[in-house]
Amino acid sequence: MMRKAIKIARRTFLLGTVAVSGGLAVGYWNIKDPIENPLLAHLADGEYALTPYVKITQTGVTIITPRAEMGQGVQSTLAALVAEELDVAWDSIKMEHGPESKAYVNTGIYGEVAPIDVTDESDTANTLRWAFGNVLGKLVANVQTTGGSSAIVDGFRKMRLAGAAARIVLLKAGAQSLNIDWKQLKTDNGFVVAKNGTRLSYNELAEVAASIPPPTNPKLKPKSQWKYLGKSMPRLDIVEKSTGTAKFAIDVRLPNMLYATVRTNPQRGAKCGGYNKQKALAVPGVKEVIEVDNGVAVVATNTWYAMRGADALDCKWEMSSYQRSSEAIYEEALNNHEDKPDSVHNLSGDPDSIEGGDSVNVEYRVPYLSHATMEPMGATALLKDGRFDIWVGTQSPTLIRRRSSELTGLDEKNCHVHTLFMGGGFGRRSESDFTDQATKVAMELEGTPVKMTWTREEDIVQDFFRPLSIAKAKIVAKESKGVGLDIKVISSSVMDSKFADRWGMDFPGPDPTLVQPMPDQPYDLDHYRVTGYKSPINLPVGSWRSVGCSQNGFFHESALDELAYLAGEDPLKMRLRLLSHEPSLEVVRAVKDMSGWGRKLPEGHGLGVAFVHSFGVPTAQVFEVSQSKFGIKLEKIWAAVDVGIALDPQNIEAQVTGGIIYGLSAAIMGQITVEDGQVAQSNFHDFEILRLYQTPEIEVKILENQRNISGIGEPGTPPAAPALANAIFAATGQRIRELPMNKFIDFV
Amino acid sequence: MRINVNGNTHNVDVQDEMPLLWVLRDELGITGPKYGCGIALCGSCTVHVDGHAIRSCSISVKQVEGKSITTIEGLGTPDALHAVQEAWIEHQVAQCGYCQSGQIMAAAAFLMRNANPTDDQIDQAMSANLCRCGTYPRIRAAIKSAASKLN
Repeated sequence: MMRKAIKIARRTFLLGTVAVSGGLAVGYWNIKDPIENPLLAHLADGEYALTPYVKITQTGVTIITPRAEMGQGVQSTLAALVAEELDVAWDSIKMEHGPESKAYVNTGIYGEVAPIDVTDESDTANTLRWAFGNVLGKLVANVQTTGGSSAIVDGFRKMRLAGAAARIVLLKAGAQSLNIDWKQLKTDNGFVVAKNGTRLSYNELAEVAASIPPPTNPKLKPKSQWKYLGKSMPRLDIVEKSTGTAKFAIDVRLPNMLYATVRTNPQRGAKCGGYNKQKALAVPGVKEVIEVDNGVAVVATNTWYAMRGADALDCKWEMSSYQRSSEAIYEEALNNHEDKPDSVHNLSGDPDSIEGGDSVNVEYRVPYLSHATMEPMGATALLKDGRFDIWVGTQSPTLIRRRSSELTGLDEKNCHVHTLFMGGGFGRRSESDFTDQATKVAMELEGTPVKMTWTREEDIVQDFFRPLSIAKAKIVAKESKGVGLDIKVISSSVMDSKFADRWGMDFPGPDPTLVQPMPDQPYDLDHYRVTGYKSPINLPVGSWRSVGCSQNGFFHESALDELAYLAGEDPLKMRLRLLSHEPSLEVVRAVKDMSGWGRKLPEGHGLGVAFVHSFGVPTAQVFEVSQSKFGIKLEKIWAAVDVGIALDPQNIEAQVTGGIIYGLSAAIMGQITVEDGQVAQSNFHDFEILRLYQTPEIEVKILENQRNISGIGEPGTPPAAPALANAIFAATGQRIRELPMNKFIDFV
Repeated sequence: MRINVNGNTHNVDVQDEMPLLWVLRDELGITGPKYGCGIALCGSCTVHVDGHAIRSCSISVKQVEGKSITTIEGLGTPDALHAVQEAWIEHQVAQCGYCQSGQIMAAAAFLMRNANPTDDQIDQAMSANLCRCGTYPRIRAAIKSAASKLN
């Protein structure tokens, strides 16, 4: 179809053809990467690393799962990929995040930006994705990162290969020991087994196995023989996380450690114009007061003393240079955005030249949002004897290492990032602002480890927010059918804020997240256009679970719903009429059946539907709400997703459910507003999130009609807000075009 | 000051008004209770004081002197799980896991007083504990399963 060609043109901006042609020449990924196995530098006596992902110690097998565990269950699924091929017992597996290393570059995240229609799963398209992933991931960006629902895309093949290669060297080691051909041996849950029943444990074979070169392209098991993959396996971290023994960054304890907290100017980007050092030092337990960028750190013998010391600082904050209020920021975005569009996506037809029909113009708005991870930002750092160590929950260990090196002046090889469990990430922990602060404190107190913990108030205010954003849509119906959607988004650019303001470099080309994922929706509308405009950056903005997809999903799917009502079409049937992609149709059909769409509803009830294709996953949701005298009640939610290959159904269900709840917090009550140049919210009383009693039953169906595997950390979130808005319209006739909805309507 | 945590007596030399949370975490190294908000809004720091679920971020160490304090570490261990922890594992509740110590302590105290709760009672009892990952549906299921085990 025509749209695909246009998308290719649109998306090649990222690196152009040089990268693509370079990529095709690289050859297939192999286990023996040119990059040295990073485990080799960290092995203790009696430990052996067979591949970068498999370490064998005297006590068993440790699988390296080099993506950050922020709740999404990724480490357990990555371990399952290795364990499936390696053949080890599930309850014997130990997991480690492993060292930060280029060996663990995430190529999946860059495959996403390849210039291909997201619904194209042909060999050609997949080769291009692979090329983009490897070229951008390994040769250009070289970052080990967790985000973009990409860990499984990245790891699906290579971690199975790593397990299979390790198994073969263990078989060969067993063969040497028994003096027979390795092909006559089998494996069984951590043992090499001979036909005569002799069993050699992986542990005892590890030393010899480590000296045998692993094969580069071992054969993988067919899906029909999987014993872990495709099954709901217990999370490997579930016992720790149910007994208070899981170690988060905030739980790090080192000998002679001190505790710190930081106060930074809530007028973002402006300086601290003075503070009362003596008053802070007079607080019992306070040891040091240290200046950091735009703020002050207080170091004490206990975090609470540090927080009290920070309260005593009486900082004089200079004024920030951006707009003073959210209202002014909306006004500026509407009236003062860039004249030239950042990107134009002429998907089909020409919305300007539709003749006849009914046309309506509507406007939508969403506010800034904090991530509000349950664990506030923090890190423990130690600079000693020319070596720097930092213990942190981070989505970007190689970024933290680079920043550590830049700040301390030490070579990167002397900077060590220890990645711990994260008490939530959602994109917030892809940033390095808080680790920079911990690093600077450690540099001032050389030789002493310092654990820095932000207060909740600091965490809410000092965020990189989901952008405040506006959409204007023109919808056109003709002959009782929805035929046209022309949607313009006005928002500050996440990529400009990250690259230009934080990393001091220009982001090449238009910002795809500004309109993400609207140009990728497989709707065959006659007249269809998406345009993005950049508005000035006021508060700094960042990646917030699903990045552009949550706000743009709300805009796009609300507008489509309005289009259906304008045309007099059933909103769900209109989507079925317009969707041109079979797996997308299937998820919509699934929620139609699950919800009994079209059934007679009780008085005051309404059903709303939304569909968003994001991060490779077509996702459909139907919400049922009811109107009561206490307000709107969420009765039930049905969701269907297509991840291609469902590696762990129970975990996928958790991610979709959790993603919906995260989206509902934003839809119903979440907002960060600017007053007098600073964030008006400070803690969970005024930045509220959904509670258990407000959470309805959520039923999730997982489909596997797509060829490609996709990650599921984010796709659950985008349809939640529009499905709710559409259900509320069905129940009440009230169309809510601005979030959060509790500004306009009560909820039970 | 002497405080009793998980059956052990500890001498602590801190200011009287220091919240129990920071005594547990920074003085005693008992890190199961988590800091989330500091003002009793989120429940991540929930512990038991004489069998009652208490926000340890908002009660001073002086107020709990002489009382019996139980943290998640004292409720059950990986080798000797409490029924609520077993149910949490059975239902694979945790995602990031940060709030779960508090959720489990709140649930355990609740079930001590109401061994056979209705859905509404569960909703009421657990709605003061926040979870950003959205594990609420599984928390609900796990509490029901723990209740039936305890009965």
